[in-house]
Amino acid sequence: MSAEITTIKTAAEVALAQAFSQARDRLPGDDAIAAQRAAAFDVFAKEGLPHRRVEEWKYTDLRALMRDAKPLAAPPDRTAKTRAKGAGALLGDLDARRLVFVDGAFVAELSDIAGLENGLTVVPLARALADGNATLITHLGKLAPGSDVAVALNTAFMGDGAVIRVAAGSTIERPLHLVFVASEKPAATFVRSLVVIEERARAMLIESHEGPSGADYQVNAALEFFVGDAAHVDHVKLITEGAEALHVSTLAAAIGAHARFNSFTFTAGGAVVRNQLFLKFDGEGTVAGIRGATLLRGRQHADTTLVANHNARDCQSREVFKAVLDDEAHSVFQGRIIVRSHAQKTDAKMMTQALLLSERAEAYNKPELEIFADDVQCGHGATSGALDDNLKFYLMARGIPEAEAEALLIQAFLGEAIEGIEHAGLREALMDFVASWLKARA
Amino acid sequence: MALLEIKNLHVEIEGKEILRGLDLTVDAGQVHAIMGPNGSGKSTLAYVLAGKADYTPTSGEVLFNGKNIFDMAPDERAAAGMFLAFQYPMEIPGVATMTFLRTALNAQRKKRGDAELSTPEFIKKVRETSAKLGIEQEMLRRAVNVGFSGGEKKRNEILQMALLEPKLAVLDETDSGLDIDALRIVSEGVNRLRGPGRSFVVITHYQRLLTYIVPDIVHVLSHGRFVKTGGKELALELEARGYAEYQEEAVA
Repeated sequence: MSAEITTIKTAAEVALAQAFSQARDRLPGDDAIAAQRAAAFDVFAKEGLPHRRVEEWKYTDLRALMRDAKPLAAPPDRTAKTRAKGAGALLGDLDARRLVFVDGAFVAELSDIAGLENGLTVVPLARALADGNATLITHLGKLAPGSDVAVALNTAFMGDGAVIRVAAGSTIERPLHLVFVASEKPAATFVRSLVVIEERARAMLIESHEGPSGADYQVNAALEFFVGDAAHVDHVKLITEGAEALHVSTLAAAIGAHARFNSFTFTAGGAVVRNQLFLKFDGEGTVAGIRGATLLRGRQHADTTLVANHNARDCQSREVFKAVLDDEAHSVFQGRIIVRSHAQKTDAKMMTQALLLSERAEAYNKPELEIFADDVQCGHGATSGALDDNLKFYLMARGIPEAEAEALLIQAFLGEAIEGIEHAGLREALMDFVASWLKARA
Repeated sequence: MALLEIKNLHVEIEGKEILRGLDLTVDAGQVHAIMGPNGSGKSTLAYVLAGKADYTPTSGEVLFNGKNIFDMAPDERAAAGMFLAFQYPMEIPGVATMTFLRTALNAQRKKRGDAELSTPEFIKKVRETSAKLGIEQEMLRRAVNVGFSGGEKKRNEILQMALLEPKLAVLDETDSGLDIDALRIVSEGVNRLRGPGRSFVVITHYQRLLTYIVPDIVHVLSHGRFVKTGGKELALELEARGYAEYQEEAVA
């Protein structure tokens, strides 16, 4: 006798299926795109929401954490747009070209798309999908792992985002800033972006994801990043979602030879955050810095899941992720470095550290190395613990009050990751944010 | 009024009594040396004065400028003019030495109701003081004590003392790990600060330091209490005869 095991679908899974059947005909794109969406949705329909028995999601049981699926966001109204003007304030007076998305939809009147530098092309994804944009057709879905359910849902529902191309040899001095802001509606947004930096080009991309506290919204964002040979790219992602938000985002990057790629993720908002990074080094001689800082309090949960795949020889990667956890916050870091057999002379070092400011905070660190080459330098380290009382005493013995001594030590701890950002103004903006976060704690 | 008055002080660490009825009176401008064998309680005294956690006073009292220090947090004691030069100064990765010095100085000034020093004033003060101690500017740009040699760490302690201008400085084995040149530089740094308004408690295992920093009074600490007090000649006597007789005396 055989028994068919069927899992009962959760309310969220049922709602997503309904949403897809209602929306599939009006989502942008031609038949080929529609087929891509359908195939992606099938991945979800088969797997369901990832749960704790799925190894990659063991510490972030999305099936349990995602109680319901919000309806797809409607186009933003005037109020939402007006409110979105103040988004991205974390960056202070940093001058960047802003591309603003409200509830997942591009808002031209809030964006700065006039006078694009030579070599820079920017097209909203919705239009690129509708127009059959060439960059889009050649690149969409080539990097983001289709078997990942979060990516599959993003592909099925993607509504808008940015398609950016920087032509070979072009240097775009002014950072590009994708501003994703949610309104107060309890809605779901699926944004998808494509960034193609051709050989020898140079650019900096900032993404910020934010929304109001008290609004129960859901964000699924994905970004595919193509970095050409000898290109130099800086990427910074700021996740400061509202306190109730669910944020799942994916960065998938393929990096060519002799390139420089620096990515930094700063996570300080959201009720549940899952940040996925899938990086592949496809050309030799590339140097990459993949870093992150996470600041959590209350009952926030943030998960960073990273795969750095060394698929070419002589590349160097540094992965540094730091988390500061207060109250009952949880952080997860799963980092895997893969070194393929032909990726000789790989130099990869990963460090993850959690600083627990409360006895009820929890940090899960899972570093992994999978090495198939025999001539490599790889290492990983993981620590978690409280502030060092001896260091605190030393500072206090010099007259520094306890709260200030703790703040200094916490800033120093995060500073080791933040100093990896090349842009000085951005480093300062983040340290200022950390200082105000700490002030709110005291 | 004495600057520091310790009366019948008993201190425990993890339930074990280390100081067992210690009395000490330090007047303004005096230099007291505390000598004693390993394990006699010298560092415990230093830490309990500075306010380290887990050093639990079980009886007695310590008055600093007439105030009970056990009511004060370590930073309050520092702002009131107490300074401990650590035997093992801490390395603090990520905190620049200049930031540390400035934060400390301004925190103390703020607590005393003084205005914060301006950046140029502060930098000038640090430059002048560090030059006298043979501290390179490059060292000040590094994180606190990170990558410093033993001697550099001790000089950094004296630099902090010189900048913070305490009323009472407790030097906990500042001579340990120093070669003869570094010992001279550190001692000169201390001697420059001697004056009627500043007192020192110099804790050391060896007499050598006391030929450079000449004390007014020497105490011998054994098993948690003073067993002998005398003038500077007592240090020489100890050097010649060792601590053996005092250890027996304390146990008896």
